[in-house]
Amino acid sequence: MERTVSFRLNGKAASVSTDDERMLLWVLRSDLRLTGTKFGCGEGLCGACTVVVGREAVRSCVTPLKDVAGKDVLTIEGLGGEHLQPIQQAFHDQHAFQCGYCTPGMILTAYALLQKTPHPTRDQIIAAMDDNLCRCGAHVRIVSAVQQAAQKAGA
Amino acid sequence: MATHELSRRDFARLAGAGLFVFFDTGLEAQEGRIPRRVAAPSDFNAFLRIGDDGRVQCLVGKVELGQGAMTSLAEVLAEELDVAFDSVDVVMGDTDLCPYDMGTFGSMTTPFLVPVVRKAGAEARAVLLSLAAERLNVPAERLRVHNGVVTDSAAAGSSVTYARLVEGKRIEKHLANIPVKPVSEFQVIGHSPHRKDAMDKVTGKARYAADQLPDGLLHARVLRPPAHGAKCLSADTSSAEKLPGVRVVKDGDLVAVLHARPDVAAAALEKVRAEFDPQPALPDDKTIFDHLLKTAPQPRVVAQSGDLAEGERLSGGVIERTYLHAYGAHAPIETHSATAVVEDGKLTVWASTQAPFMVKEQAAREAGFAPDKVRIVSRYVGGGFGGKTEGPQAVEAARLAKITGRPVQVVWSRQEEFFYDHFRPAAVLKIRSGMTAAGKITLWDARIVGAGDREARPFYDIPHQRTTSAGGWMGGNPAGMHPFEVGAWRAPSVNSNTFARESHIDVMAAQGGFDPLEFRLNNLTDARMRRVLETAAKRFGWKPAKAPSRRGVGVACGTYSNACNATMAEVRVHQDGRVEVKRVLITLDVGVQLNPDGLRQQAEGAVMMGMGYTLSEQLRFQGGKVLTANFDDYWIPRFSWLPQIEVVLVDNPQMNALGAGEPPIIAMGAALANAVFDATGTRMLELPMTPERVKKAIG
Repeated sequence: MERTVSFRLNGKAASVSTDDERMLLWVLRSDLRLTGTKFGCGEGLCGACTVVVGREAVRSCVTPLKDVAGKDVLTIEGLGGEHLQPIQQAFHDQHAFQCGYCTPGMILTAYALLQKTPHPTRDQIIAAMDDNLCRCGAHVRIVSAVQQAAQKAGA
Repeated sequence: MATHELSRRDFARLAGAGLFVFFDTGLEAQEGRIPRRVAAPSDFNAFLRIGDDGRVQCLVGKVELGQGAMTSLAEVLAEELDVAFDSVDVVMGDTDLCPYDMGTFGSMTTPFLVPVVRKAGAEARAVLLSLAAERLNVPAERLRVHNGVVTDSAAAGSSVTYARLVEGKRIEKHLANIPVKPVSEFQVIGHSPHRKDAMDKVTGKARYAADQLPDGLLHARVLRPPAHGAKCLSADTSSAEKLPGVRVVKDGDLVAVLHARPDVAAAALEKVRAEFDPQPALPDDKTIFDHLLKTAPQPRVVAQSGDLAEGERLSGGVIERTYLHAYGAHAPIETHSATAVVEDGKLTVWASTQAPFMVKEQAAREAGFAPDKVRIVSRYVGGGFGGKTEGPQAVEAARLAKITGRPVQVVWSRQEEFFYDHFRPAAVLKIRSGMTAAGKITLWDARIVGAGDREARPFYDIPHQRTTSAGGWMGGNPAGMHPFEVGAWRAPSVNSNTFARESHIDVMAAQGGFDPLEFRLNNLTDARMRRVLETAAKRFGWKPAKAPSRRGVGVACGTYSNACNATMAEVRVHQDGRVEVKRVLITLDVGVQLNPDGLRQQAEGAVMMGMGYTLSEQLRFQGGKVLTANFDDYWIPRFSWLPQIEVVLVDNPQMNALGAGEPPIIAMGAALANAVFDATGTRMLELPMTPERVKKAIG
């Protein structure tokens, strides 16, 4: 139903007046013009649309707007600032992408993992990332990038 | 951090001061096309500019699909010009700014474009040196260049920058025959600088076609038939039209629902009630192979030598097998997308395409614009793999923008992407062969149906051989042979052809009691192929044994556009039929290595994508009805499949750099099938080797 939904987006207050059953992905991309979050499958199967809500990596294409009311939403635009966030820096350094289209979703999934598990094992990284699809095949470098960021966090 | 978006201001700058080198890539001669460009003489079709701001700009019509061309082109220019890599900007994929290019496919950027870009760099450097000699009043031989600063080697402190040399001047040069640097003097080439696109891509600033949001944008969803070939009999859009803000367009075959929000447009399309004529539902994914054999055109001889009857007489018996390969989808994570704007009679479309200049012609023709009133921009593309060589979505967006007078975006759903893909053709490959007791191949009689003939001729020493091919990926197939479009899929033809050839070589080795590697080398004199095989064996730790040795190791090799690839793999086959790939080693000879890290990225990606076509990817369909709709029914490789990957690059400085996007993927099918045989003693003749198929075969 049509109402005003308020939440925190990338650290700032945001509110959108719209049908609150609409999926977060489209509100972010179209209403709020934050295009870093990508559409890939529309059914929560590929992870290109991943954002962080609270502490969880969620699929914005299957998350109704009403579910984020009052919560903290982080998109790729909100990571880093003057400097890259360590996980972005690690993706940059390791060339952990090719076409780059799945990259924002990969980075946010990895970010959420590292927030909860600062020093994940390789198996934990693979388990956390397994539902994010990459067609170019940057997987081996993405695993290395998450490991690099985890090491930086411990330094 | 600068992004690679070129603004109007940048565009104006192109006409300003600086040194311009215009050069012809030679690619258009093949096409017989007359190139069009901005501010360049009409007989040249690419250009390089060294500006008075010290920046170097190179404008090429290729597209950055993720393969790293933006980086390798900057690298070769930095090398030839002796400027910092960071001072080079490569502008790609914009039909108004960049010179004509037929498209980014076939691993052609490196072998064809890189050599001329290097020459242009060398030409520019020579011109700048002569200007510097004049300015510093010293002979050019005494000058040295580093990071764009020309210094007199005999007088410390006497120097001038490239930027200073071109200040207030406009110098236009055509490419002369200035020699490029020899490999031994490379300082940038052969290293692996940071990718030019890295910052854009890790910050979310890289803008793809659907990330363009012009004011007043409408998102369109187009009514689709339930099956290929089905005609729309009626479409009742009245319910959709009643929704607030929804606009409906009916223009001939095009029925679209538009709204300012993409998801609202999608919901409105659900309200459209349409009737389509029913289509006969044959063939399907089970009967397709018989269907291909029945409907294929006359075979064409690809290679022939000796006498097949003699080859059979010399052999100790004929070994015959039939190999099958399913239709494959490209499945890029970015679906076909386009954003079209019509302004003052000029159409601009941001489109995800590998071939912006072809799409420009297509959009002009099909949306009704003069070609010089169409601009296509394809700056960043979210994966292509051969699947984005046309631009139907750009045409749809252009038509709708023209009709509505508003900017229009078309983004295909995942189901549309699976439906309208130009699939890698399903293929049937029959091979009859024979050999002597000593393991010398005497006979090879191959019949390829569907796959196409690229790299079909075996490179082994076979005195009596024939290879024929019927039908292919490039079009020209008889109507009804395929129930939908087929097209180029990363290394077209070659994945299927290499799977069949290299599987069959192993069938022969096993029958003769030979180690698969030894059997290959015993029938191979090609020095480059022997070298990659021997290098692979050494690095992999290949221990000779007759298969099945129960270790689960396999080897396969192949060629693609002059590149050589030897692949070795180790698998574990689980009771449930799942093939776990534990290790893959790819050895490549791609000539001079421009960017070793870029080559590794391509090979690593090829291992993953190769596992897909080998183990899981197959389209489900019933006639023209594509049943596969999303990633839960088309399994592409994921993190949990990740094997240990090793990439070995064989040094070959004598040969010009070859493209590497496609060569590393070609031998994955056979290497894994041969490893499965080695593990289980069961020969898998059909790709993909799904768990169901493997479980059934191993019993």
